[in-house]
Amino acid sequence: MQFFKGTKKPSHAISDLWITCTSCNRMIYRREHEDNLKVCGKCGHHGRLTASERLELLIDDLSKFEEIAPEMRSEDPLGFSRDGLDYPDHLKRYKSSTGLEDAAVAGTGFIDGRHVSLVVIDFRFLGASMGAVMGEKVTLAVEKASLEGVPLIIVPCSGGARMQEGMISLMQMAKTVAAIRNFHDQGGLYIAILTDPTLAGVTASFASLADVLIAEPGATIGFTGRRLIEQIVKQKLPKDAQSAEFMLCHGMIDLVVQRNVLRDTLINTLDLLAGPTAPKNSQAHTSLPETVQQ
Amino acid sequence: MKPQKPTTLDFEKKLDQLRASIEKVQSNATSQDQVSKIEELKFELEAQTAEVYATLSPWQRVQVARHPDRPHTQDYIDMCFSNFIELHGDRYYGDDQAIVGGPAKLGNHRVMVIGHQKGRDTQENVRRNFGMASPEGFRKARRLMKLAEKFKLPLITFLDIPGASPVLEAEERGQAWAIAENLMEMAGLKTPFITTVIGEGGSGGALALGMADRVLMQEYSVYSVASPEGAASIVWRDHKFAPRAAEALKLTPSDLLKLGVIDRIIAEPTGAAHRNYLDAARLLKETLTEELDSLRSRSVENLIQSRNAKFRSIGTPTSNPSGLAEDSVVS
Ligand SMILES: [Zn+2]
Repeated sequence: MQFFKGTKKPSHAISDLWITCTSCNRMIYRREHEDNLKVCGKCGHHGRLTASERLELLIDDLSKFEEIAPEMRSEDPLGFSRDGLDYPDHLKRYKSSTGLEDAAVAGTGFIDGRHVSLVVIDFRFLGASMGAVMGEKVTLAVEKASLEGVPLIIVPCSGGARMQEGMISLMQMAKTVAAIRNFHDQGGLYIAILTDPTLAGVTASFASLADVLIAEPGATIGFTGRRLIEQIVKQKLPKDAQSAEFMLCHGMIDLVVQRNVLRDTLINTLDLLAGPTAPKNSQAHTSLPETVQQ
Repeated sequence: MKPQKPTTLDFEKKLDQLRASIEKVQSNATSQDQVSKIEELKFELEAQTAEVYATLSPWQRVQVARHPDRPHTQDYIDMCFSNFIELHGDRYYGDDQAIVGGPAKLGNHRVMVIGHQKGRDTQENVRRNFGMASPEGFRKARRLMKLAEKFKLPLITFLDIPGASPVLEAEERGQAWAIAENLMEMAGLKTPFITTVIGEGGSGGALALGMADRVLMQEYSVYSVASPEGAASIVWRDHKFAPRAAEALKLTPSDLLKLGVIDRIIAEPTGAAHRNYLDAARLLKETLTEELDSLRSRSVENLIQSRNAKFRSIGTPTSNPSGLAEDSVVS
């Protein structure tokens, strides 16, 4: 799968072995951090996962993940250029640093033996801004879930709209939501796991329209970015403003779930709302939480 | 209401000078010579106005779209509709005056009309939050959309918003959720639906009233994913690059028609709507009536299907190998 081949930039040995927690600034041994699902052992800060790490965390068997439209890439509908840097060349840079064609990776796979349609989003690719590719991949995944009658799982993340695609970017909100409405009308189950950060047009479209909204601890979730709010109201926002916990407190999401129990919580929610799956030779890498079996 | 004291944009200054000289001659016109001089000057003014407006840059168009004297939703409701009753409140929290709406008549059609509403003076702008709607406004709009559907009233919306209200209180009450729920409502709304951008179509806050069967733009309106200042600070890291961003964003009606984002452009009188309210309203009303007649001849099922098919197709990358890739099994 292409996104596994993300190239790692050569760097000094010290930074290969150690990383600094972006929240508490402590040095963490990289291996330990990765074994701990990129959650800081000291302060509990949930670091961002790449698309492949997220898939690995959630689905049973990566080899059974069938990616939807893996080759799809942006088409530069506006002929956008900034200071001599054309948008297609700009995208190529991100492709070479992430191994991805776009921030969104969509496909079907199994979670505890249950067939699901899934989208994960990688912040490293141009801040996971939503352009036509993200809109299209999300829409295709929703349509796939409708067609196959399987649950839809989306793990959103986005810094905002893809400015380089202008109004085409904005229209992805309408496109994805129309597909989701159709899916809901058919009685489909949609669970979203909001990750850091989920902002702007993504929150204001497909991300917030799930039946159950789960968020990772500390994730920034909202519409307007903090910097703009602070500029407009000319004062600093409280540190926890727009955090997952803040949104939980204001009734905007259902659950804030630690990463080490995220998969179990997801499986439990799927079982409770969609009913248990027929016992299958699943390759779950964590044990099933106790659920009432019919 | 129409402003008492007009504002002049930079590129309108020479037009204003002409206007002043017409007034001067007019005020003490006695002879036939002076009358024909006035005619001459008026002709000159018309020609120069047309010339200035024919060559506006995208950034200048943004200035016109934001012109403080430009007609707002309530002005068009007063001029194009009759029997309007403004309905208030979202039934959850409050009544956001940055959005107005209610049932009215457009000619013989009973319709529901909803729009963003900017203020005309400082006092009104404070009350209307400069047209920057809050979750309560979007939820009021959604309530009125449902009302339109229930009573089979075609929905007509006007978009004119700098952007959804960017304050923490709006976040707390679910700004993003309110917008998303409106989109979901409009995606299946069982009534004919026309939207018109009449000034600034600002991002998600605009789209929250605009997922229509027919998306129209007045000639000197703009519709953009972000304000040029906002886009400039993201892409160029400095809001001073706004004129360049305005160019790059392709936010003008003709660009958006080419991109397939909008369906039709509504002409404005020479010198744009703020110079001639009555003609602007007449042109708008004629177009709305014509569009409405055409939508009413179709079944709602057909409308919803093509509404969603239209948004489904916007910007779809053609490298998409006929939808789902068959050969994408991970090895
Ligand atoms: Zn830490």
